[in-house]
Amino acid sequence: MNSVLGMVILFIGLLFNVLGCVGLIRLPDVYNRLQAATKCVTLGTCIVLISVAVHAGGESVPTVLKCLLCVAFILITSPTAAHALARGAHASGVKLWKKSVVDKYAEDQEPGIREET
Amino acid sequence: MMTEVVYNLAYIVLIACCGMCLYRIGRGPTAPDRAVAIDILGIVVVCFTAIVSLQTGKAYYLNVGIAWAILSFIGAIALAKHLEGKGFDE
Repeated sequence: MNSVLGMVILFIGLLFNVLGCVGLIRLPDVYNRLQAATKCVTLGTCIVLISVAVHAGGESVPTVLKCLLCVAFILITSPTAAHALARGAHASGVKLWKKSVVDKYAEDQEPGIREET
Repeated sequence: MMTEVVYNLAYIVLIACCGMCLYRIGRGPTAPDRAVAIDILGIVVVCFTAIVSLQTGKAYYLNVGIAWAILSFIGAIALAKHLEGKGFDE
């Protein structure tokens, strides 16, 4: 029972990973790629780690603890790294895709607009 | 027997993910594209170590995954700081 449930959860996680990586290939600019890839791959890897914990069940307590530690660590660090990379990309002058409609960060950077409002 | 097929399928899927990340690292038109792909590749490798641990039944492969996640995070932060044009300690 545990192993069948673990396999199902494993393939849900792998599906998220593949969709995130397809987003990394197909989307048009850095910011779109970042938001697709980071969120999907983080969730997919967390689901795979949870499936490893489900497989181990109650038989191996260290495996379960290590999986949960790894999940917590990835959930903390991956959004932080994505945020820093987006800031870095914006500061290094990468243009948005031409069909993107709003850039609040650049508007906040310009002092003239902020004083008017 | 059935489980071996499932593990091999999972390895093939993850190798395809790594291939897509490597494509973006090689092809990416700007430096931030490559930095993003390197960050994602690190997380995919953590997933890989989890499945190796599942197949062999050894818990210590998960230690490799935790260490890989830490190093990938530090690398991504360093690349982001470099892209922003600052030193690592600012």
